Amino acid sequence: MNIFLKLSKVDRRFIYIFIALVVILPLILKPKFPVVPTKPVQDVYDYVENLPEGSKVMISIDYDAASMPEQQPFLEALLRQLFRNKLKPILVVQWQLGAPLGTTALEKIARETQAIYGVDYINLGYRPGYVAQIVGIGKEIRDYFKTDYRNIPLDSFPIMKNVHNYNDIDLLVGLEAGATYLVWIEYAGGRFKQKIALALNAVSAPDAYYFYQSKQIIGLVGGMKGAAEYEALVGKPDLAVAGMASQSYSHLVIIIFIILGNIAYFVEKSRKAKEGGK
Amino acid sequence: MLKGKGIPVFITFIVGTIMIFSFFIPHKPFGDLEKISLNWYSIIAGFTMLLGVDSLIGMHYRKITRRTGNWGYSIVLIAGFTGTVVIGIIETIRLGTAFNEASYFTYIYNYFIVPLQSTMFSLLAFFIASAAYRAFRARNFDATLLLITAIIVMLGRVPLGEQISPNLPKFTEWIMQVPQMAAKRGIGLGISLGALGVSIRILLGIERSYLS
Amino acid sequence: MGTTIGIWIAAGLTLFIYSFLYKDNPFYKFAEHLYVGITAGYWLIYTWAYVIQPMLLDPIIKNKEFILIIPAFFGIIMLTRWFPNIAWLSRWSIAFTVGMGAGLGVTGAIQGFILPQVQATLIPLSGFNFETFNNLLIIFGVLTTLIYFYFSKEQKGVLKYGSKIGITFIMIAFGASFGYTVMARISLLIGRIYFLLSDWLKILK
Repeated sequence: MNIFLKLSKVDRRFIYIFIALVVILPLILKPKFPVVPTKPVQDVYDYVENLPEGSKVMISIDYDAASMPEQQPFLEALLRQLFRNKLKPILVVQWQLGAPLGTTALEKIARETQAIYGVDYINLGYRPGYVAQIVGIGKEIRDYFKTDYRNIPLDSFPIMKNVHNYNDIDLLVGLEAGATYLVWIEYAGGRFKQKIALALNAVSAPDAYYFYQSKQIIGLVGGMKGAAEYEALVGKPDLAVAGMASQSYSHLVIIIFIILGNIAYFVEKSRKAKEGGK
Repeated sequence: MLKGKGIPVFITFIVGTIMIFSFFIPHKPFGDLEKISLNWYSIIAGFTMLLGVDSLIGMHYRKITRRTGNWGYSIVLIAGFTGTVVIGIIETIRLGTAFNEASYFTYIYNYFIVPLQSTMFSLLAFFIASAAYRAFRARNFDATLLLITAIIVMLGRVPLGEQISPNLPKFTEWIMQVPQMAAKRGIGLGISLGALGVSIRILLGIERSYLS
Repeated sequence: MGTTIGIWIAAGLTLFIYSFLYKDNPFYKFAEHLYVGITAGYWLIYTWAYVIQPMLLDPIIKNKEFILIIPAFFGIIMLTRWFPNIAWLSRWSIAFTVGMGAGLGVTGAIQGFILPQVQATLIPLSGFNFETFNNLLIIFGVLTTLIYFYFSKEQKGVLKYGSKIGITFIMIAFGASFGYTVMARISLLIGRIYFLLSDWLKILK
């Protein structure tokens, strides 16, 4: 029997082991790979870099633990940049199961940079019915967030003084695992002209490119690779950059799988054609 | 009369019309009506979460009482649910909010929900690799095109692609921004026009399947 | 101490789930059911802390906003689905949410999606350069994709060729999406393996 045909009938568990190995080994051996930023990511970085000191940046946590490795590194890198440039993050959450992920990153980076809660940053937490909320913030944010995530009145925080609606928010960054970003674009962007940047899971990133071309978003960070680019731009390589070697080799292995599978397919096809000829 | 579809269709029409009018006339009374409706919507949406939770717990409770199927696992499910709720209540009383970083409720999130959810989804990495090996075949022109694009993107999007040739990531970015973007926009416009049609049919009471 | 135990629990549960790769087994089933149960409990506490308390109870009790009893009523009748003889009441609240979505959807889709997307496709084709070529491809790609979807039944003459070209663009788009999907799945695996190697086994620093 042809070797390719034998290979094509290999137990799927061998494939699993192979995939596990190409992820584990590069993490341990740490081969160096250059991370070169792409334009959609660079655009987000540059836009934030050019915001004047004290600008308010609303960050929306629209993902949960299922996409943590893709979104969390970007969130941390972005927060580092914001605090470094004395910009003020306002965190909101549309995916309730992701709320603690936002809180954890915010508190971690705030501690690192000695930012003060309520003055330099704030965490408003989750409210249900995101379509209504996203439209409603266009009028008055207090209609939805009377209190912060610990149920403390919004007006007791200096950062929220003079923040009422999208006019007072200089940039919205959505971290997106699903289709919530469509609502941000259609209402916050379309109706209230809010500037928007998106970090999308790699699964949905290709779908958002047309918003980038139509300039409905200022930039686009896609998946863990996008996060790695952002980490490199901020100058603090972390988890996403560390994962890039594994990412590279896994892709290579999967491509080899596809090629081997196809060789087997064509071998089988030509054999059948020959047998048919006899 | 009350039980029929007349009242719901009327509610849908009124609420929808308020939304559309207030978009064009954001002043009184529509602006205020819109504001109130949005706020109410948000509250009502909150209750839908309870609906999901209850039907799940109810189903597993019945499984246990009737001893059907793998009812042992249903005990695990209900125990997980009860434990989380009890700890949530205790921590709310103790700390004012269960979502305090130091609460045991957050502990459950960090060490149960996060690993379970993220691992569940990471299984897909194995399945997609296996599927790529077994099912991703260049059967005809279209399939070959799909396959070649996928390979280019897979290489061009990782740092390894940069090492093979700096042009590979550039070419990948071009694919993303030009031909793939164009097709996605076509699909997006199609979906959006379709959704617009459905919205109008719902408002006019022609489409009523959501009430059955 | 608490953290160490937590990490061991998390690592254990991670391995329980991965045991499914060998074959379906009780460890996996245990972890799966535990996940669903805990998540449901979490949602319940969440609804209390972020909906019922701050949006209903506090405003009604502290600020005397009694008007909020109306949405509370609509919310509660949503739960009548559990009782077959009064389940019809829940249609009222569904009607409210659907009407809202449809009303917002009309203006949102036109202003936020269709108009800007059509506008972004009406791009200049002047001069023989790479940009013109790209713009031409974009216009062509959008149109032929739409033709493929809208004229899938009768395809004759120009429409037939249009839809053939459309499918070519669509295949490129699907190929790109497949590549990105592989990327996403592998990233999730990297995240989990990183956790096991660093937080649990402390091999990575």
